[in-house]
Amino acid sequence: MDMDRTSTEGARPRVAIWKLASCDGCQLSLLDLEDELLTLADVVDLAHFTEMSRTDLGGPYDLSFIEGSVTTPRDEVLVGEVRQISRRLIAIGACAVAGGIQSLRNYAPPGEYSSAVYAHPEYLSYLDTSMPVSAYVKVDLELHGCPVDRYQLMEVISAELVSRKPVLPAFSVCQECKARGTVCLLVSKKEQCLGPVTRAGCGAICPASGRGCYGCFGPQEAANPSSLSMRFIADGASSLRLWHLFHTFNSAAPPFSKEGLRYRDSASSHEVEGVGGASCDS
Amino acid sequence: MTHNHHEERVFSIDGLARVEGEGSLHLRLRNDHVEQVSLEIFEPPRFFEAFLRGRDFTEVPDITARICGICPVAYQLSSTAAMESACGVEVSQQVAAARRLLYCGEWLQSHALHVYLLHAPDFFGVDDAVQLARLDREAVERGLRIKRTGNLIMETIGGRAVHPVNVAVGGFHRSPTRSEVISLAEPLRRALDDALDTVDWVSSFDFPELEREYLFVALRGNGSYPMESGNVALGEGLQVTARDFEALVIEEQVEYSTALHARLKGAAGDGSYLTGPLARFALNADLLTPLARQAAHSAGMGATTAEALSRCNNPFRSIIVRAIEMVFACEEGLRLVESYEPPDPPAVTVEPRAGTGVGITEAPRGLLLHRYDIDERGIIQMARIVPPTSQNQSTIESDLVAVAQEGIQLSDEELGWRLEQAVRNHDPCISCSAHFLNVTLERG
Repeated sequence: MDMDRTSTEGARPRVAIWKLASCDGCQLSLLDLEDELLTLADVVDLAHFTEMSRTDLGGPYDLSFIEGSVTTPRDEVLVGEVRQISRRLIAIGACAVAGGIQSLRNYAPPGEYSSAVYAHPEYLSYLDTSMPVSAYVKVDLELHGCPVDRYQLMEVISAELVSRKPVLPAFSVCQECKARGTVCLLVSKKEQCLGPVTRAGCGAICPASGRGCYGCFGPQEAANPSSLSMRFIADGASSLRLWHLFHTFNSAAPPFSKEGLRYRDSASSHEVEGVGGASCDS
Repeated sequence: MTHNHHEERVFSIDGLARVEGEGSLHLRLRNDHVEQVSLEIFEPPRFFEAFLRGRDFTEVPDITARICGICPVAYQLSSTAAMESACGVEVSQQVAAARRLLYCGEWLQSHALHVYLLHAPDFFGVDDAVQLARLDREAVERGLRIKRTGNLIMETIGGRAVHPVNVAVGGFHRSPTRSEVISLAEPLRRALDDALDTVDWVSSFDFPELEREYLFVALRGNGSYPMESGNVALGEGLQVTARDFEALVIEEQVEYSTALHARLKGAAGDGSYLTGPLARFALNADLLTPLARQAAHSAGMGATTAEALSRCNNPFRSIIVRAIEMVFACEEGLRLVESYEPPDPPAVTVEPRAGTGVGITEAPRGLLLHRYDIDERGIIQMARIVPPTSQNQSTIESDLVAVAQEGIQLSDEELGWRLEQAVRNHDPCISCSAHFLNVTLERG
């Protein structure tokens, strides 16, 4: 729908929100900025945000956020178009940054998943892989998390508006545990905690809830997951467990992808024999 | 978006706004009669049921939450209920109460989002809540306040608002402390006032006239308004168990749309039915909390006595029922906060055994059904997930026919908008449906 593109507010930055394969949770985080939402709308034009508005001001956009992974031919085309009409392009959340949970299909034989869910897979139009936006186009910034943290999202928006670099942690969840005084579950309870290899940003909420981190913010920079796996094995973890631990919410992120694959074959030959569907083909 | 060819009017609204996920609607009128209608979902399929196979039974609350960022608690509580049933375990009363409180948070968050940000703008003829705030900033701020309280409850009990981390098969990973939970009382009291104001506000809207005949399907509460448990009521007569209901629901994949359409075996007509606020209200109004009942009455919705079942057959008025349910969620939340006892232990031990479990709870937008078959090690062999939007899809389409027929005299612009509104009436969550609703852009 066309709206007046030469409004008096034309000087304000034009922001667009796009959605690919995802749960909606990351763009919901934007609406969850309850105290700041109306203020934000005062300083930018939310020019394309289908979940929130019927208005579509059209491009070009100063700032585009993409939620979701690329899983269909349509979305493959869309990311290229969005890149062309966006000055800055930011991928938000585990799907857009690392393929999301649906990237588990990348490890299954093509066609197996669709025929498990649909009577007529031939009606569907989809790609065999679920990949991050960066696999198709240049991305200016990636914000991690399943879902993203809404305060980090606010920090990114604020930084973009004044053209500075956002302050985002590159360290692991361990530091957040130390900061909030949570006793280490890996040491004290031999919990399988991915905190040592997972990017900070959530506030270490899982260990604070008495459970190991499950890695939803993806691998931290220079993570060493195999060293952590050795520790889990020493504490009695099975190959099946290790495979699934790394192959859940960020299974297409290279360090987690590789570490999960290391245990997949032994797990599938010894432990899940006879299980249909998601067990692997090899 | 509309084309006129002699007596043919075609409405094609691509990229439906203010719904959760990606969908479009198409409707063709010829000689003032609806010739074809479809609510198409082009949300990409994500194949959850496929990759759940082979995973451990304890993983379902974390994995299935990712189906929907708007109602993750619904996924967590339907999936844990199914697994607990498969393993023959009952959770403690304390766990059940804390889960219900968590669900109150999700209902508040989701209903406030829908009422204020997604649905209300239609009644003011504006495109979004930002424009609405220019007309009535106080109202939008009130909605955001209620939403924040919902999120606060989810953070306090669940550890995070979107995709909570604290829900486990058997209970919780950690029991929130009494002082953490009691801190919710004050925001909830404020939200209760705001919710009552919301009922007044939405009752004053102008509603298009429309009376529909629905087969309502909802959980029937066990002495209280249904959220996390209960049998399934099929209209005002029959009630069946969750497991029997699962056997009655059949899903069909249709070529023109990407969604599986759910139908009820043995029901009249084409087997379509409606779940969600209108259905819950029709079948459980007698179980509403006192202020919610009073609010319903003052909004002209009846429900003042224990016996009187109320029906609202105008889907445009569903916004009033959501507001009433917000009042309920605040009152119920307050009761649960005041009587809160930290579950000890936080979770009962659940030993896997080979079997099948079905779990059904009331997501804000309707029934959410999960079924799992697991083996003796707790490895998932089969998963079936039927979200509310797939169950409502046929009914939404027949609403569109009725709305088009009633509104035949409207201009293309007006009728197009009203059709959009008719979809939003049912708060469809297309992301939810995406693992099964799907994409069928017909090719060729």
